[in-house]
Amino acid sequence: MAYVAVKGGERAIDNAHAWLAETRRGNPDVPEIGVAQIAEQIGRAVDRVMGEGSLFDRELAALAIKQSQGDLIEAAFLLRAYRTTLPRFIHSEPVDTAGMAIRRRISATFKDLPGGQILGPTYDYTHRLLDFALASEATVAAAPEASHPVGEMAHVHSLLRHEGLLENDEPAAAGEPGDLTRQPLSFPAPRDVRLQALARGDEGFLLALGYSTQRGWGGTHPFAGEIRMGEAVVEIIPPELGFPIDIGDITLTECQMINQFKGSKTVPAQFTRGYGLVFGHSERKAMAMALVDRAMRAEELGEDVTAPAQNIEFVLYHSDNVEGTGFTEHLKLPHYVDFQSELETVRRMRRDMAAPMAEVAQ
Amino acid sequence: MKGYNFAYLDEQTKRMIRRAILKAVAIPGHQIPFGSREIPLPYGWGTGGIQVTAAILGADDRLKVIDQGADDTTNAVSIRRFFARTADVATTTKTADATVIQTRHRIPETALRDGQIIVYQVPQPEPMYRLEPSRVETRRMHALADYGLMHVKLYEDIARLGHIGISYDYPVMVNARYLMAPSPIPAFDNPKMHMMPALQLFGAGREKRIYAVPPYTEVRSLDFVDHPFHPARAPHACGLCGAGDSYLDEVLTDDRGGRLFVCSDTDYCETRRADGQVGAEGVPVGMPGGAVEATQ
Repeated sequence: MAYVAVKGGERAIDNAHAWLAETRRGNPDVPEIGVAQIAEQIGRAVDRVMGEGSLFDRELAALAIKQSQGDLIEAAFLLRAYRTTLPRFIHSEPVDTAGMAIRRRISATFKDLPGGQILGPTYDYTHRLLDFALASEATVAAAPEASHPVGEMAHVHSLLRHEGLLENDEPAAAGEPGDLTRQPLSFPAPRDVRLQALARGDEGFLLALGYSTQRGWGGTHPFAGEIRMGEAVVEIIPPELGFPIDIGDITLTECQMINQFKGSKTVPAQFTRGYGLVFGHSERKAMAMALVDRAMRAEELGEDVTAPAQNIEFVLYHSDNVEGTGFTEHLKLPHYVDFQSELETVRRMRRDMAAPMAEVAQ
Repeated sequence: MKGYNFAYLDEQTKRMIRRAILKAVAIPGHQIPFGSREIPLPYGWGTGGIQVTAAILGADDRLKVIDQGADDTTNAVSIRRFFARTADVATTTKTADATVIQTRHRIPETALRDGQIIVYQVPQPEPMYRLEPSRVETRRMHALADYGLMHVKLYEDIARLGHIGISYDYPVMVNARYLMAPSPIPAFDNPKMHMMPALQLFGAGREKRIYAVPPYTEVRSLDFVDHPFHPARAPHACGLCGAGDSYLDEVLTDDRGGRLFVCSDTDYCETRRADGQVGAEGVPVGMPGGAVEATQ
C-alpha cells in the first residue's frame, strides 16, 4: 500500500488548502488583522510588494500580504498573477521626479544645496533599540511641521550639468518603451528594459550585487548624489485628447548615484551616473539598483567586464524573485522518473566497473 | 470561470502564443521567444505548458494531464483542475481518448496518433546550458549549427565513464538541423518522439520559449557509431500488470531493500489490468485489496 501513499489526490490538496487557511488565521482569540491595518502600519512591506509585484496598488498589495501570511515574495507573485490579467491601455508620460512633492531629499555630495537637505521619515539616525513601549497600544504625538512649505527641488545632477562634469541625460528613446511583461528579454538589452528588470527585481539580490561592487567586484566609485522620496504626478496623453492629463500621484523613491569615470581617448574625465527608481519608500532597493545599473554600463563605458554585477545577462536572468522562487521550489515536485533513470545509469556504471575488478581479483 | 476568459488567458495573449507556436512548427526544434505571462501557478511548475495548452484548447477538447506518467500526482491534479475550472473542458485519464495531453517528464506508453497534441512542460529549453550558460552564446551556436561542444561532452563521458552519462533530457537532433532538449523525459522515451504522428509542442514559461516537433519529423538521439544510443529502463516487469516493455518506477516497500517495480504510466498499467493482465505482485482488478485504488 506504500504505492498509494506516495500518490497525491484532489482530496489531499483540498485538505492542505483548508489547513493552510486555518494556519493563516492563527489563534481565533486574537483579532483578525485588517487589510487597511497592513496598508497603514506595515507600509514598507506593502511598498516592497508593489515594487516587486510591478503594480502600484496599496490595497491589493496589503491583501496579498495578508493572504500570503507576510511571505513577501509569495505576495509579489499573487499581485503579478493578478496584474497580468489586466488590460494595458496606455503608457504614461515620463514621470517628472524633479516636480515631486518632496518628503525626503538628501545629497551626500554637497553639504548644502538649493532646497536644502530634508531628512523626512527615516530610520537612518534611530538607535536600533527595541522600543518596548510599542508592544502596548499608545497614541503617537503628531510630528512638528515646518513653518513654510517645501517647494519643488531641482535634481542635484542638474545643478552640476552646466560645467559638463556630469554626463547628460540620455535622450528619450523614440516609440514605446520596452516592456518585459509583454516581450521576452533579448540581448543586447536596452537600458529601459534593464531598469525595468531592476525595478521589478528582488531587493535582496540587488542589495548583494550592489554590495559586491563596493567590495571590489566591479567597483564603480559611487557617491549618493541624491536620494529623494515623495509623491509624483502620473500623466497620460489619451489619443483622443492629444494633451496630458493627470491620473493620480504615486509614491516613488529615486536614487541618483554619481560615479567616478576616468574618461577615454575621446571622452574627457567626467562623472557618470547610475539610476534607481522604485515604488513607495524603498531606499535600500533604489540605492542598490543605482549601483547595479551603473555596474551594468561597464561594457558601454569601455570598462573591463569581470564581476557578476557587470554581467548584464547574469543580472537580468537572475534578478526576478518570482521566477527564482518558482524554479528553486519546483525541486519539491516529483522527479522520480528522472531519478529512476539516473539510478539505472549509476547501477550500470558500477556493474561495469565491478566486472574488470573481479577479473583482476581472480 | 467568472471574471476570467476561457482557459484563463485573454484572447490577445492566446493569439501571440499561437503565432509563436506556428513559427515553432515551421522551424522544427528551434526555440521561439514569446511574451510569457504570469500564470497563477509558480514558474517551474508547468507555466509554459499551461500557456501552450490554454492557447490551443477548444471547448470540445478532451484534456489529459500527467506528471511522471501518472494522472494522480499532485501537480497533474492541480493543472487538470485549473483547466476544468477556467475552461470547463472534459478531462480524461485515457491516453487514447485525449485530444490534448499535457505532460511533465514522460511520454505515454500508448502510441499517440494523428490529430492528438502532446504539450511538454519544459524547465530548460536550452540543451547546451550546462556546457555554456550564456544564452547569447548558445543562440549563436544554434544559428551556426555549431554543436561540437555537445559531441565533445558525450565523447568525454564515454572516455571517462565508459557510457554517455545523460539519462534524462537526453539531447536530440530535430529534422537534422536543430539540437533540442526533449524536456526531462527519460532517455527511454526519446525514440517515441521520432516520426510521431501527433504534434509535439514544448512550452518553457520562465525561460519564455516555445518550440515544436511537427508530426512525422525525424528526431534522433545523439550518439556515435561505436556507442549507439541506449534507452534504459529498469530490467524488470511491472509488479502490478506484468508489462515488460514499460518504463518503471521503483517503489521502496520497506527498509530492508524490498522494492516494487510498477509502470510509471498509470493509464497504461490500469488498461492492461482491466484487460486481465496481472503482474507478480498484483491482484486482478475488482478484487478487494487491489493495490492501486484511485485516491480521488
